[in-house]
Amino acid sequence: MHDTSHAAAHHGPPTSFIRKHVFSLDHKVIGKQYYGLGLVAVFIGMVLSWLMRIHLGWTNAAIPGLHLLSKTGAPGDVMTPELYLQVMTMHATFMVFFVLTVAPFAAFGNFFIPIHTGAEDMPFPHFNMMSFWTTFVAFCVMTLSFFVPDGPTLGGWTQYAPLSALGKAAGPGQGAGVVIWATSIAIFCVGQLFGSLNFIPNILDLRCKGMSMWRLPLPTWAWFITSCMGLTSFSVLMPACILLILDHVAGTSFFVASNLVLNDQLQPHSGGSTLLWQHLFWFFGHPEVYIAIVPGMGIVSHVLITNMRKPMLSHRVMVYSMGALAVLSYMVYGHHMFVSGMNPFSSLVFSFPTLMITIPSTIIVLIWIGSLYGAKLRTNAASLFALGFISVFITGGVSGFFLAQPSIQILLHATYFVVAHFHFTMAIAAVFGIFSGTYFWFPKMWGRMMNDTLGKVHFWLTFVGVYAIFMPMHYLGLAGNVRRYQAFVVDYMQPLIGVHQFITVAALFTGAVQLIFIYNFIHSRFYGEPAPENPWQGTSLEWSIPSPPPHDNFGGRHVIVYHDPYQYGVKSSVGDYVMQDSPEQVKTINEEP
Amino acid sequence: MAKFFAITIVVIAILSAIPILRNTYHPVEDVSSHGQAIDDQLADTMWEAGLSFLASQILLAWFIWRFSANKPGDESKKFPGGAKGLVMAAIILVGVEVFALGIFGVKAWASIYFTPPGANAMPIQVQAGQFAFYFRYPGPDGTLGPAHPEKISEATQNFFGLDQDNDQDSKDDLVTAEMAVPVNREIRLLMHSKDVSHSFYVPALRIHQDFVPGLDLQIHFTATKVGRYEIVCSQLCGLGHYNMKAYLSVLSQQDFDDWLKKQQAMQ
Repeated sequence: MHDTSHAAAHHGPPTSFIRKHVFSLDHKVIGKQYYGLGLVAVFIGMVLSWLMRIHLGWTNAAIPGLHLLSKTGAPGDVMTPELYLQVMTMHATFMVFFVLTVAPFAAFGNFFIPIHTGAEDMPFPHFNMMSFWTTFVAFCVMTLSFFVPDGPTLGGWTQYAPLSALGKAAGPGQGAGVVIWATSIAIFCVGQLFGSLNFIPNILDLRCKGMSMWRLPLPTWAWFITSCMGLTSFSVLMPACILLILDHVAGTSFFVASNLVLNDQLQPHSGGSTLLWQHLFWFFGHPEVYIAIVPGMGIVSHVLITNMRKPMLSHRVMVYSMGALAVLSYMVYGHHMFVSGMNPFSSLVFSFPTLMITIPSTIIVLIWIGSLYGAKLRTNAASLFALGFISVFITGGVSGFFLAQPSIQILLHATYFVVAHFHFTMAIAAVFGIFSGTYFWFPKMWGRMMNDTLGKVHFWLTFVGVYAIFMPMHYLGLAGNVRRYQAFVVDYMQPLIGVHQFITVAALFTGAVQLIFIYNFIHSRFYGEPAPENPWQGTSLEWSIPSPPPHDNFGGRHVIVYHDPYQYGVKSSVGDYVMQDSPEQVKTINEEP
Repeated sequence: MAKFFAITIVVIAILSAIPILRNTYHPVEDVSSHGQAIDDQLADTMWEAGLSFLASQILLAWFIWRFSANKPGDESKKFPGGAKGLVMAAIILVGVEVFALGIFGVKAWASIYFTPPGANAMPIQVQAGQFAFYFRYPGPDGTLGPAHPEKISEATQNFFGLDQDNDQDSKDDLVTAEMAVPVNREIRLLMHSKDVSHSFYVPALRIHQDFVPGLDLQIHFTATKVGRYEIVCSQLCGLGHYNMKAYLSVLSQQDFDDWLKKQQAMQ
């Protein structure tokens, strides 16, 4: 137990506009800044995905205005092969780094970790501010690559060497584009390290009186586990990016082997290793999948518990399972490299932990479903997105059975089956987690209620839409449709173009539906009904303070916690729940040893 | 509202399963001696994953249907057996399931990667470069001549960098843009990348292997059915990646011999 929060992170309320809204030290403002960055990035990423999808469905179609994106990549507004790959690379980069890492982890984590732990702010507010602004610089640097002469890199978000390390000769965007990409990602890593270095000590050291680790709500556990992953994986990606930059600017050959010939020119490199980049990248890349999804698991659990009016079957099993996912995520990264030329024996070694990771995932899903049993389920936009999360996570999970096996990857590696798998798990599930968290916490973050009817409409259309987009991609993969192709000129892929056109229509539809969310978000922000302190009858500490919370969160009050985080289904003076900081003693139903 | 959601989940789950049950989309026909083990593994996994998918979606839908009807005054109930039962179920059922898949999967993988090619396997070299495959047959001497990367020239069509004037072993090497192999004859494929990473993906042969620049790999296979199949690149290699493909003709021994002669005459 600790009661150091008030001493460790005290700083007075800012008075100037700049200190209040721009270079703010307040974790809540920083959380909202991260959220805003995520919204901008997701909009860019989505528009880029529309361009890709239109091109894949109707390869020769002109897309009005496309020439504005690239001077040379769109003659007559028709996308060239290189522009397709550049758009694809940027779609993935913006989505993975600036949306899936930023929104569920950095945005919500910043806003709610100090509140959930009963602290006034993060332990190192200046580092926290730098974390956001460093990430913002990374975002600006990445955006800059659209404006250099031959555009952003076309090498995919995985930037496999030596395509990424050979410079201009390897193709458009492979010179300056790659250097900008690697610089941006290295800066991004620094930003996330600053973030993790705040989250971990906050959770370990700034907990208020009575707040034992087991009394932390599930999202805070999820952010804690994610921070530990972030700390160890971004610190591998950052040096890898620096080595890649050196291969470009300093004449080194970390990732380039000897005797490579491009355009009949022997390349001036020797002695590097192609597979080294893949090992370094995926040692980051696989934990990154869990960095995107584990916060969503925490958020969704939190939302579900409040809307089921009962705790999870086991708080501890949820925490242990998320922890197991984190530990195993470092041992499975080789499944991205089954046919990469890695020793085939290693493929088998990586296959077993990959299969094993289905066990904690299954436990989490079964705890969610088992907890629904006997619940008094409320239906609102937040709970629908949380339930939708479970459905898409199951769908994404079962396709993992296939991809965990080296022998089956002989058929499915690098096909649309993989695209379907990772979109359902890390992309759609994580985005559903973000939506669920937004509908749930919007009243606390912005002090106003969102329109729940619009939220439900948004949910229905999005839920059906994402299945229409990504389910058929499994079928494409089974038929051997290779990903990262800008057109399908291979004979056996010709019959599949109709499926691509269907997916394109579904993607445009689902994307358009997101305008409902944007409208609801902006309208509610300014004109929504003022939010009460505890609109959902929640128990955790964020619901014990005004909406939005004051500068120091608890108004100078020294919070004392008396209960586990989720005391629902009890009889108390306020209803079927008792707040964590209420001294009222009630008969609880979820005692865990 | 929640009941409608439960119905939607079930409808989506069933609609998703229909193309799988009807086998509308499937891998191209297998024409390799080792592919059956992979196809069996895929089919087993499809059953297990498919049943897990349907069972969990339907269970989720059922609970949403059933427990959204509960009123705030109703008593909350706990799942019979609690968390312990579910954890045991996950560990035992899923554990056994994935462990079995893993063990059987080893067999299929080992049949390809852990068995060396026979002594009589026919060597063919494939070289991948932006954005084409080229093939090299060793000719009557059975030996591939050395490659000199600095001599590689698209202009003179010296794709492998051979020095056929000076290197004895290179003199009879045969370079082609299309691959041909005799049916039912084991092939030892030597894989070399000229520039960046590529992949050798032949769905019909159940072969998928990346080219690693700086590391020449070797795979082996036997094609069992005469026909013309496609080789495609599946590792992003640059702007022409989508168009990097070649044909593989599996020919009878007689046709293969004729093809070789024709190619030699064209050199």
